[in-house]
Amino acid sequence: MSEPRDSLLKVRDLRIGATVYPPGEKPHEIEIVHGVSFDLEPGRVLGLIGESGAGKSTIGLASMAYGRGGVKITGGEVRVNGRDILKTSLSDLRRLRGGEVTYVSQSAAASFNPAKPIMEQVTEAAVRHGKFTRKQAEDRAVGLFRKLGLPNPETIGKRYPHQVSGGQLQRCMTALALCPEPDLVVFDEPTTALDVTTQIDVLMAIKEAIRDTGVAAIYITHDLAVVAQVSDDIMVLKLGDMVEYGTTDQIINNPQEEYTQALVSVRSIRHEEKQPTDTPLLQVENVTARYKGTKFDVLKDVNVELHPGQTLAVVGESGSGKSTLARVITGLLPPGAGRIVFDGHELTPDLATRPRDDLRELQMIYQMADVAMNPRQTVGTIIGRPLEFYFGLRGAEKRRRVQELLDEIEMGEGFIDRYPAELSGGQKQRVCIARALAAKPKLIICDEVTSALDPLVADGILKLLLNLQKIEDVAYLFITHDLATVRAIADSIAVMYQGQVVRYGTKSEVLSPPFDDYTDLLLSSVPEMRLGWLEDVIASRRMESAGN
Amino acid sequence: MVPALKLVVQRVALGLLLLFLVSVLIFAGTQILPGDVAQSILGQSATPEALANLRAELGLNEPAVTRYLDWLFGALQGDLGTALTNGASISESLGRRLGNTMFLAFWAAVVAVPLAIFLGLLAVRYRDRWPDKLISGVTLASISIPEFLIGYVLMYFVGVKLGLAPSVAMINDTMSLGQKLHAIALPVAVLTLVVLAHMMRMTRAAILNVMQSAYIETAELKGLSMFTIIWRHAFPNSIAPIVNVVMLNLAYLVVGVVVVEVVFTYPGMGQYLVDHVSKRDVPVVQACGLVFAAVYIGLNMIADIVSILSNPRLRHPK
Amino acid sequence: MTKNIPIAAAIGLFFTALYFLMAILAPWIAPYGMAEVVGGVWEPPSAEHLIGTDNIGRDLLTRMIYGGRTTIFIATAATVLSFTTGSVLGFLAAVMGGWVDQVMSRFVDLLMSIPSLIFALVVLSVMPVTVPVLIVVMGLLDSTRVYRLARAVAVDINVMDYVEAAKLRGEGRIWIIFREILPNALSPLVAEMGLRFIFMVLFVSTLSFLGLGVQPPAADWGGIVKENKDGIVYGIGAALWPAVAIATLAISVNLVADWVLNRTTSLKGGRG
Repeated sequence: MSEPRDSLLKVRDLRIGATVYPPGEKPHEIEIVHGVSFDLEPGRVLGLIGESGAGKSTIGLASMAYGRGGVKITGGEVRVNGRDILKTSLSDLRRLRGGEVTYVSQSAAASFNPAKPIMEQVTEAAVRHGKFTRKQAEDRAVGLFRKLGLPNPETIGKRYPHQVSGGQLQRCMTALALCPEPDLVVFDEPTTALDVTTQIDVLMAIKEAIRDTGVAAIYITHDLAVVAQVSDDIMVLKLGDMVEYGTTDQIINNPQEEYTQALVSVRSIRHEEKQPTDTPLLQVENVTARYKGTKFDVLKDVNVELHPGQTLAVVGESGSGKSTLARVITGLLPPGAGRIVFDGHELTPDLATRPRDDLRELQMIYQMADVAMNPRQTVGTIIGRPLEFYFGLRGAEKRRRVQELLDEIEMGEGFIDRYPAELSGGQKQRVCIARALAAKPKLIICDEVTSALDPLVADGILKLLLNLQKIEDVAYLFITHDLATVRAIADSIAVMYQGQVVRYGTKSEVLSPPFDDYTDLLLSSVPEMRLGWLEDVIASRRMESAGN
Repeated sequence: MVPALKLVVQRVALGLLLLFLVSVLIFAGTQILPGDVAQSILGQSATPEALANLRAELGLNEPAVTRYLDWLFGALQGDLGTALTNGASISESLGRRLGNTMFLAFWAAVVAVPLAIFLGLLAVRYRDRWPDKLISGVTLASISIPEFLIGYVLMYFVGVKLGLAPSVAMINDTMSLGQKLHAIALPVAVLTLVVLAHMMRMTRAAILNVMQSAYIETAELKGLSMFTIIWRHAFPNSIAPIVNVVMLNLAYLVVGVVVVEVVFTYPGMGQYLVDHVSKRDVPVVQACGLVFAAVYIGLNMIADIVSILSNPRLRHPK
Repeated sequence: MTKNIPIAAAIGLFFTALYFLMAILAPWIAPYGMAEVVGGVWEPPSAEHLIGTDNIGRDLLTRMIYGGRTTIFIATAATVLSFTTGSVLGFLAAVMGGWVDQVMSRFVDLLMSIPSLIFALVVLSVMPVTVPVLIVVMGLLDSTRVYRLARAVAVDINVMDYVEAAKLRGEGRIWIIFREILPNALSPLVAEMGLRFIFMVLFVSTLSFLGLGVQPPAADWGGIVKENKDGIVYGIGAALWPAVAIATLAISVNLVADWVLNRTTSLKGGRG
C-alpha cells in the first residue's frame, strides 16, 4: 500500500489487429482498434460503450494482454500497476491474469467448465496463484456468494454449473472474478443475455460488490442506460476509435459529440396513441395452446384485440408465451381451445387449410433477418416472390414494383440484385419488411424485430415501421421484451407472464398506476438513461419490502 | 446417477434389440433373396432328385420362420450349425479363428490407439504449422488407398525388398508370443495405418472442439499454465469424445481385419468368411456375419455408454 | 466466379478428367486387346510394354486402362444410385416428418449397424456375382449414408425462418423442396458425392480383390491386384500399379470436392 497513488491501468495508443478470413480471398490482417488511450485509477469504474464492431471487448481483454481468436495487440502500451504487460514475460502474465486482473464474460453458462463443481472453479485462481489457501478461498467465496445475493451461499458451490439458473451463474462468475482479490475486474456485457427483471438483480449485485470491495472495473456494454448506473467515467467507442471520453455525468447529461448525442437520445421516439375503433381487425378469444408432446399449456386463456392500422405490443420475458401467440395466430401451432377472428371471419386453426387471401393479409417479420431470407436468393427474388405468388406479377412489372418497395424502405437503387450476405443487419431487416409489405397485408406480426440490432439501427427500423403504418394503414402485432420499444410504438399493450395476459389495455392505461405486481416489477426494472436510477429503484424496493 | 443409469439400461436394451434385428436381417438376406442354396452347392448340372434330397437334408422345406428360430436358438446356445462344405462344426472352427482375429485386432489397437491420440495432440499443439499439415496430408493419402493395397505395398517394400518381416502371417499354438508378434508385424502395421488416419483426425477435431470452448478461455484468463488448463479443464471434457473416436475406429478395425487377413493369409475369421462366401457356404457366412455385427454393435454401444456416463448433466441431475 | 481456380483444385480437376476420359476412350487408347496374351509372364517394363506384362503375359498398361474403365463405371453407377435413392428419401423424410421419417430412419439405423463390407459379403454369398448385382448392392448399402446426410441437412434447413416464411406464404411442398431447401443443401451433398465416389472405388476394388467383385477375364483394379499378388513375394511389383491409380484418382476427386465445398459455401458470404 506504500506505492504512490498512480494509475492502476494506463493505456497508451493501443492498436489491435485481427486476421480476417473473407470467403474466396486470402486471409489478411486488418486493424480493429486505432490508437486508444485512457487511464484508470484504483477503485474507479470505467464504462466502455459502443455498438457491435466498436472494439470494446477487444480493448477490455487487452488489459489482460489477451487477444481472442485471431486478435493480436500490434502497438502501444498497456501498463498495469506500473509495468508494461505487453512486454512482460509469460509467467508474469500468468500472475497478472486471474491475480491482479480478472474477467467476467457475457455468457457464464459457457464460461464455466461443465464437468466441475462451481466452488472449485471460483476458488481455482486464488489458490493457484497462492493468494489464499483452499480453506480461506472457500470461506471468501461463500462470503461473496452471500454478498451477491445467491440462495444457499453455503452449499451452492457444491453444485455443477448446469444446476443453477442463468442469473445465478452470472453472479457466480462475478464471485469467481472477485475471489482472488484482484485490483481490476473486466466485466464484458455481464447482463446482456439476461431477462430485464433478472438483469436488475445482477446489476445491483455487481454494483454493490464493486463498492464494497473497492476494486476497479472496466464495464463493457452496448447499453448506455446500464453503464450509466455503474460507472464513474464513460468512453464511447465507434469502429475502433474513441469518440468521446468523460465522466458519466458529462456523457449522459452533456454529450459533446453527435454520435454520443444519438446514443443518449436513443429510444426517444414518441408516438401519439390512437384510440380503439368499433371493429377490431384481430380478435384472439380464449386461446389456450400447448406444444405437441408436452404436458403444460404455454398459452392460457389469452384474449386480446387489435384495431386496424394500430399497434398492439405483446411484451414479456423469455418463456412468457409471447412468441407462441404469434405461432397460434399464423396457424403454425393450432390452438387447443379458443378461436382467432380476423377481419370479421374466424381463421381456421391450421395454416394448411387457410385460403390464400388470409395468408396474404397476415404477414410476419422475424427477429433474425439473417435466417429469415434464403441466402441463395437475391433481394429481387425475395421481395418479388410474394408479388408473383399473390398477384401474378411477372417480368418488368414485378421488377418495377420491387424497386418501388425498396424505395419505400429507404434503400433505393442498386440493391435488387444483391444477396442477403451483402447487406448490413439493418438492411436485411428492411428487406424483410419489404417482403411483408409486398403482400399488401392488413396485419404484420413483428417478432422481436429490433432485438438483434444495435440501438441506433433499431431506432431507424422503428421509425420506418411507424412511417409505413401511416402510409399503408397496416396493423402491427409487435412482440418484444423491450419496454422502451413498446413506449415508442404501441397503441395498446398486453403484458404476458407465464402464458397469461396479466395486464391489457391502451398504452396509457397499461403504463399508468395502479400496477399489478408483475407489471410493476417489469416497468421498474427497465434501465433509465439517468444517473442514480439504480439507487432509486433499490431504495424504493427496500422500502416496499420493509413496509410489507 | 438415476437418469444416467436409466439411459445406460436403455442403450443396452437397444443394443440387444439391434442385434436381434440384425440376426433377422442376415437370415432373411440369405434366405429370401433369389438364389437357391442347394442349387449353388450342387451346381447347374444337378439332377432334380439330388436337389430335392439336399433341400430336405438342409431343412429348406420348412417354413422360413421355423428355420430362423431353430438357427437363433442354436446360436444362443453356442451351436451355429455345421458347414455345408465339410460338415465340420462351425462353432468349433469359428472359436479358434475368432481368437486369432482378436489377437491381431488387439495388437493393432495397442499400437494404433496411443499413437493416434499422441499424434492427434501433436496436431493440436502445432495447429496449422508443418506437423499438423504433414499429418493431415498423410491422412488424406492413407484414406485414399484401400487396405489390401497398403498391405501389398508394405509387403513388397518392407517384407520382400528389405526383408524385415515375414510376408505371410502364419501363426499356430506352438509358437511363443514373441514369434507370434514377429509373424503378425506386417498385418498389425497395415491395420494401424488404416485406422490411424481416421483416429488422429477425429481426435484432433475432438480436442480442438474442447479447446475452443469459452471455459478454456476462462481458464487462460485465470492465468493457469498450459499444462493445468489441459489436465484440469480440457481433459475431463475430452474423455467422452476421444473414447468415442477410439470405439468407432475399433469397429472400423473389425472390417479392416477381413481384408488384411486375406492379404497375409492369416488364419482368422476374415479369411474364413471370405473363403466360405466364394464357396457359397451359407451357414458359415451367416455365423460370421452375426459375430462381426455383434462386435460392431457392441463397440458402438460402449462408445455411447461412455458418453452418457461422462456427461455431467446426466451424472449430476438438477 | 470461376476465374481463379486454386492450383490444388486445378490439379484435381485435371487428373479426374484424365481418368474419366481414359475410361470412356479405353478401346482407342489401350495399346493391346483387353484379354490378349502378348508376351511372357511378368515381363519388366519395356518399349512394347510400358509397365510390363501381367501374370499370364497380358499387357499390364492395357489391363490397367480397361480395369479403370470397369472400376470407374461401376463406382459411378453405384454412386448415382446411392445418391438418388439416399437424397430423395432423406429429403422426403425431413420434409414429411412423423411416422414416415421414423420408419425410414430406424430402418437405416438397422442397416448401418452392420459394416457394409460384411453385409455385402453376406448378400453376395447367395446372389450371382454380376456387374448389375454389384452396382445395386453397393449403391443401396451406401445410400444409407447419403440418406443420413441429406436428411440431417434438410432438417436443419427446414427449421430456418425462411422456410417457415415460405410456408406462411402458402407455398406448396414442391416449391419448398426445390426452391428453398435444395439450393442450400447442394454444396454439402456435392462434396459428399466426391467422397462417396471414392468410397465406391475402394469398395468395388476390395470386393474384386476378394474374388467377389468383377469376374475374370474382365479387368478391374482390384482384380489386377488379385491376379498379380503372387508376384510380390518374388519382388515383382505388378500388383502395386492399381495402388498408384486408385490413390491418384481418390486424391484428385477429394481435391475437387474440397474446392466445390469451399466455393459454394463462400457464395453464402457474398460474391467475391
